[in-house]
Formats: sequence, C-alpha cells, structure tokens
Amino acid sequence: MKFDILKHSLVPHHEILSEEEVEKLLKTYNIKKSDLPQMLDTDPVAKAIGAKEGDVVKIVRSSPTAGESVAYRLVVKREII
Amino acid sequence: MITKSKKVIDKISFGLLSPDMIRRMSATRIITPDTYDEDGFPIEMGLMDPRLGVIEPGLRCKTCGQKVKDCPGHFGHIELAMPVIHVGFVKTIHNVLKATCRSCGKLLLTDDEVAKLREEYEIALKKGKSISNFAKEVVKRASKVSKCPHCGKEVHTIELDKPTTFREDGRKLTPSEIREWLEKVSDALGDDLKLLDINPEVAKPEWMVLTVLPVPPVTTRPSITLETGERSEDDLTHKLVDIIRINQRLQENRDAGAPQLIVEDLWELLQYHVTTYFDNQTSGIPPARHRSGRALKTLAQRLKGKEGRFRSNLSGKRVNFSARTVISPDPNISINEVGIPIKIAKELTVPIRVTPSNIEKMKELVARGPEPELPEGVVYMPGVNYVIRPDGRRIRVTPENAEMIAEKLDVGSIVERQLQDGDIVLFNRQPSLHRMSMMAHKAKILPYKTFRLNLAVCPPYNADFDGDEMNLHVLQSEEARAEAEILMKVQEHILSPRFGGAIIGAIHDHITGCFLLTYGNRKFSKNQAMRILAYAGYRGEVKDEMTGKEIFSKILPKELSLEYRAKLCSGSDEECRKYDAYVVIKNGELIEGVIDEASIGAFKGKIVEYIARNYGSDAVREFIDRVTKLGIAAITTIGFTTGIDDEDIPEEAQMQIMEVLEKAKQKIQDLIRAYREGELEPIPGRSPEETLEMEIMRVTGKARDQTGEIASKHLGMDNSAVIMARSGARGSMLNLSQMAGAVGQQAVRGERIHRGYMGRTLPHFKKGDLGAEAKGFVSSSYKRGLTPTEYFFHSMGGREGLVDTAVRTSRSGYMQRRLINALENIKLEQDGTVRDTTGKILQFMYGEDGVDPMKSIRGKPIDADLIIKEVLNG
Repeated sequence: MKFDILKHSLVPHHEILSEEEVEKLLKTYNIKKSDLPQMLDTDPVAKAIGAKEGDVVKIVRSSPTAGESVAYRLVVKREII
Repeated sequence: MITKSKKVIDKISFGLLSPDMIRRMSATRIITPDTYDEDGFPIEMGLMDPRLGVIEPGLRCKTCGQKVKDCPGHFGHIELAMPVIHVGFVKTIHNVLKATCRSCGKLLLTDDEVAKLREEYEIALKKGKSISNFAKEVVKRASKVSKCPHCGKEVHTIELDKPTTFREDGRKLTPSEIREWLEKVSDALGDDLKLLDINPEVAKPEWMVLTVLPVPPVTTRPSITLETGERSEDDLTHKLVDIIRINQRLQENRDAGAPQLIVEDLWELLQYHVTTYFDNQTSGIPPARHRSGRALKTLAQRLKGKEGRFRSNLSGKRVNFSARTVISPDPNISINEVGIPIKIAKELTVPIRVTPSNIEKMKELVARGPEPELPEGVVYMPGVNYVIRPDGRRIRVTPENAEMIAEKLDVGSIVERQLQDGDIVLFNRQPSLHRMSMMAHKAKILPYKTFRLNLAVCPPYNADFDGDEMNLHVLQSEEARAEAEILMKVQEHILSPRFGGAIIGAIHDHITGCFLLTYGNRKFSKNQAMRILAYAGYRGEVKDEMTGKEIFSKILPKELSLEYRAKLCSGSDEECRKYDAYVVIKNGELIEGVIDEASIGAFKGKIVEYIARNYGSDAVREFIDRVTKLGIAAITTIGFTTGIDDEDIPEEAQMQIMEVLEKAKQKIQDLIRAYREGELEPIPGRSPEETLEMEIMRVTGKARDQTGEIASKHLGMDNSAVIMARSGARGSMLNLSQMAGAVGQQAVRGERIHRGYMGRTLPHFKKGDLGAEAKGFVSSSYKRGLTPTEYFFHSMGGREGLVDTAVRTSRSGYMQRRLINALENIKLEQDGTVRDTTGKILQFMYGEDGVDPMKSIRGKPIDADLIIKEVLNG
C-alpha cells in the first residue's frame, strides 16, 4: 500500500484551481501566469493531486500569526538541461 | 561646471577584441621597454609614448590634441613574437577543444544531434534559461565521443595543466597549435558557436589566443614623481616592460635560429608575464613581485574584491558635506538633536536658492561672509562659504569680497550657508547593521571638538564613549530633508522593527535614578522635589512633601493606565506585589510598583513602548527626554556610588563559602574515586569518562551558585551594586557572586580545561589528576584575587570568548552581505505582495500575515493580554 502523503501533518492543503479561478487570481494580482512562484510537476504533492504542467495549485498553510496563509504555485515541467 | 553629454548609451555589448581591432585602435606600436630618456622626455614607441595620452598638466596630447582634462588616453599595442593564451579564457578554450575535432574542427556530434541542440538552444533562450549551463551540457555530451562522426579521426583527451598549458594525450600543445585548431573551429562551426556559449558576431574562438597585446593608455597607469625628483612607475607599466623585454628576446632568438629548447623556454616565460599581467593571483604560478618583494597589482587586482574598482569605487563612493569626529555624551540635548562642533559647522553648508521673497535676508547673510562678527554673548552665527551664480560659476566668499557679492546677489543664485541650529543632518555609526544605525538629527552647534549625542540613543547606534567616532552628512536638497525628517528622525525609530519593541530608552544611571526614586517609600522635601522636577522639565504645582512615586507620576501622560511586572519581580503576581514589584499605573498616577528596566529601559521599557504606540512619536520623545533627566536629577539628589567594598561580605559568610567549596571538591574526589573503582553508574548513552565529566560540571556549577546565594544573602537592597543588578541598570547577580563568592569552573569548548601538557594541564599538577583545581575550577573570587594557576585557566576561557566573537562577527558579516545581495531588489508592493523587480511574486502576503514588525507588539499583531485588562478595568 502506498503512503498517502496528503494526509501527513507537515503537508499543507493543496488544490488545483479551475480555469475561472486562475483567471480571477491573475486579475486580482494583475500578473501573468509566469509571474507566479513555481513548483515542479515531479513534486510528490503535484503527482499525488494529479497536477499537470500549466496548472495553478492553491496551497493553504496554517500560520501561527495569520491563522491561514494562502499561496499559489504554477506547475512547470522539470527539464534536464 | 557640469556639461551635459550629448551621447546617450543605448546598449552595451560584450565581446572579444580581434587582433585587427587592437591594431586599428592603437595609436602606436610599442617596441622599446624603456620609458623616458636621460633628459626625462618620453621615448617614442616606448611605454610612455606621448601619443598614448597626457598626464602632465599643460601639455597637449599628440593624438587628439586635447589637454589633460579632456584627453581620455589612447591605446597602443605590442606585436607578440609568438602567440600566448589569455588566462581569462582558459576554461572556454578547454571547452571548445574538448567539444571539437582537431582535424576537421566540427562538433563531435552527429548532424542530427546538432540539429536537435539548435532547437533546444532556441527554447532555452526563449525561456531565459542559463546558456552557460546549456553549453556545459553540450561539452559534456561531445567529450564522451571517441571518434569524430564527420571525418572519422580518433579523438584524444585534452587535459588542462593549470594555469595555461594544454595537453593532448600527455603531449604539450603550443599556443600556435591551439590557435590553428580554434581557427578551424570557427570556420567549421560558424553560427553553431552559440551552442558553446560563444556569440560569433562579437567573438571568434581564435581571438582567445593573443597575437597582439593592447597597451592601456598612460592615463590608466600614471607614473608618480616623488619629492626627490625620482620617477616611480605604475605596476602595470612594470609588467608591460617585462613583457616587451621577453618578447624582444624571443623574437631575436627565433630569428637567429636558436635551439628549439631556448625558444620554448622564452615562449613560456612570455606566457608567464602575459598571464600575470592579466591576473597576478593565478593559482599554480608564483605572483610577479616588485623589487621590494611586494606582489604587483595587475589588471584583475584592480577590479577584484573589497578594495577593487567595483566595491570600492562604483558601489561605494566618498562624499562631500560629511564630517567625522569622536563622540561624547550630552544629557542636556534632546534625543532628536546632535551637537556639532563650531569648527565643523563652519565647513558644512546647506544650499539655499535665492528667491524674490528671501533675497533681502540672503543679501544680509552673504554680507556676513564666512567669519561673521559675533554680537556680545553669541557663540556662533552661520556665515556663507560659497555663492553659486545662475550661470553655474562657484564663487568663494571671503571677508574681503563678502559685501560686494551680497550687493550683486541675483534671484536664482544658490547661497551655501553654514550649518545652523535646527538643520536636518544624518548621523551614522559603523557597522551599519540595521536601519537605526543611520538616523536624522537636528543640528545643535556647540563649542569644543566632539559630536554630542543624548545617552538614550546609544543603544540603536551601539555607541559608547571610549573613543568611538561617528559620521555626519548634511542633506543638500529640500526633498531629502523632508524625507529624512518624516522617515529617519530618531523619534520615528524608537520602536524597532527587529522585535517590535522600544530600542531607545533609559540606560544605566537613568534606570538607577528612577529606581531609587520609586523604591520603598522614599519621601522628598519640597526643595528636593522642586529640584528634581524642574530639572526634568516639569512646570506646575509641587506639594510640601512628596513620595518618589508621586514625583515620577508628574511626567506620565495624564490618561496612561498600565499594569505589568517589574524587572525586580520573580515568581507570581501576588509575590511581586509583596515586594512592590508589580507596577500599577492608573490615569497617569504610579499607584504601586517600582520603576526599573522593565518600565523605561532601552529594549525592555513597557511605558516607553506603550507611549510610542498610543501617543505618537512626539509624545514619546518628550517622555524619554524627561524620564532620563528625572533619573539623573534623582540619582544626584539621593547620591549613589559603588566600589569594591560593595562586595565585602562578613567573615562568617566567607567561612560558609569556603565550606561549600570544600564540600564540592570533596564530592568531586568521591566521584573520581567511584569512577576509578568502576562504581560510577554511566548515564545512558555516555561512557564512564563522559559521565564523570558531566557529574563534575554539575557539582562545580552548583557550588558556584551556592556561593553566589550565600554572598547575595549578605548583599541587600542597601547595596549599590545590588541595586544596579536588580534594577537592570548594569551588571547581573552572577557578576556579583563571581566578585564576592567564587568565579567558578572555567571552560574551553564547553568542557573543563584538559589540554596543555601530557596528561595534565600545567606542570603544577600530577599527571592524571582529575580534581577540581587541576581542571580549571576557580574557587577564589575576583575580589580576593586569583592564584597563578587559576589566573591561567581564566585567561584560557577568556581567550576562547574573544576568538569566538572575532569569528562570529566576520562570519555573520559575510552572511549578511550575501543576504543583502540576494534580497536588495525585492520590494513590498501596495497590494501587500512581495515581488522582485521583474514583477514575479515571492510572497502573496508580506510575511504570511502582512504585519509590519515595527508596528507589531513584540512580533504579534495584537497584545491580547493588554486588551483584556483594559476591557476588564473599563
């Protein structure tokens, strides 16, 4: 049986945004997709939630000062060169 | 006068100089290694050829005809008899040789592979990926091939024998051979050179092997004439002389048909000189030295490192309108002010533009000249040093011409007025570790020769008065002054972004003073109370007899209500109340509790912090100014002194201490005996030796604490040293117990001292002695004095501390430099995101929570306890 990393206490909540949500996100921050922080498609969490290149992942972490902090990452392909 | 350049830089392109280009930009070929003839005139076609530019004022350049100020200097060139490798490109040359075929010059990859690489190159370029990494990969792939896929020739391994020798299967390749090979490569590869990270438009591989050497203009290597009339040449000139000499000898020998061996030797020597000419710290070869033995400073050394052109002349520059002198304290000026010596104020100026509305005043000012006549009783008046006319001419004002200049003063001129009280200046102490190291102050012109600053601003600058010097800068524009006044004034920096609390507050005697004032129920006569309060700047009613707490209350804001535990306090709230260590302030009245470090101290002061947050910067500046003066008035009224007799303890206490120490030593002996007999129970995971050491450390630590306790039992609150330690003004109870009781165990690397001679620390002990004295336990007190062996052990521990701090500062300094270089271009945007200069988001909300650390309460967004207390108390 494979271990479900999403259930580990140190792995924050990840979810793939829908197209409309991505659109909205880019509009609120007035940015292009390439201005987002990135994560690799080979990232264990990206694999676990099935995120593909070009997807935007929303990450919700619990924070001691802010309660919850939200971040977004663009999934990119891992390149050898 | 500033002349605007008509040329605007559009772009900069980096490439290699071709031999042809070097010759074309050369003003002359250099052939003689001599510089000047017997009459002191520069020799034609020598290293100081007059066509290379002018360095002596008055003369005109033979190439461009301009004078020293306008002639930029001109390059010359040396024709090298044999080609040599450029050290700066050794790595690139090695890569090209590894990736290409010697006989056909093509890449050691099939056409298909190359075609694929071209595609990948385009993608990498578009994505902004590192091309140098791409080239590395290409070289890695090509160098695995053992046979050229194009011409079928066998491929040999190319080794680099540092710094500049290449070997093909162990056989030396001459620079000529390498140059031929690289020529083949640039013909065969053409545009594909970009795959090796070489832009064929601006660089050809064979140009990395020098056949012509550019000679920099004399303006970059000026010779200095010493007072004795002797000429002293620049290091670069010396190096160029070496190159020309060897070059000449090489040419002569080769032309005369000298044996191959001699030619090769000279060739290598030429290579050495050219290499050290570029970089005199190339690893693998000895640096070229001056006659005196000093290593020459050649091209790379001029640019590299902290003293190099970049860090020393481009990132950092020397500035005008600045001053530096020793600092000393002045409790009578505000924290916002800085005392400036008259001598300095007369040199530093503020530019004032003459307008129709101020012209009369300005005329009056200019008429005073640089040395105004002082009216009776006045110590200083600002004068004028320079007037800048509307046409840009700068005129020095002298006592003689002052009135004439004043009469002719026009609107649009700029008057450079000497510093006067109230001018905004920046004040700085190195190392500038945080933003509070450079703050804006208001100038206050004072006699004598030191900068004066209020004692309460010592903590942010980390300054003391044992000879510290500080720098001062006078702002030169209205915008700069406004910005400094709003953002940089001392009063705006009382709360530190480092930990969200006050960094400016009372120190040392201020704390002792306020402590003495409020401790116990000390009463003050009307006279005393008036003296104290008047000094603190209070104006108002004073009762006939006042308690210290009542006096302190007078400087508190009217509506202030606070409750907290004092520094004195240890244990529960109730216990603190018993010792008057629980502070209660209601509506600006100090009801109970004693004022100490926790109330008004820098870093810890609760009242300072609260006023800064809730009453604004003006109020807190006023409070700090007053509370420090109140402290000084109180301590001088009550009287306070400390001396070594503060650590006097009665005979019987000393006996007790001796007893404790004796018992501890006995216990250690018991432990050692148990260890020797194998009866010592090891702590899990530790060897018996480690267990013994840990036990002994525990015993010695406990012994010191016990002696401290005994000592402090006899040192009560009537003792000045104790007052200072308990109120947090200076020193700690540990310091006191080391002075009165015993210094305790000395340690190096966290262990008892064990190094020194074979089997013992000093020859005073027996080999293998594990007892307390033999391993650095100091049972004397500082007051009684240490025995010679104790003194030695104490010095060992002390030395470790010194080395640690030295290492720590250098390492954290380097870490900070790297952090700053990495973070300098990121910025907090209006929408709360943190982005870099390209607009990429790094944080969606600054620090996750968007809280400004300076406005936070010790790192937290709100002070929940305080809010609850306030709500409960109504």
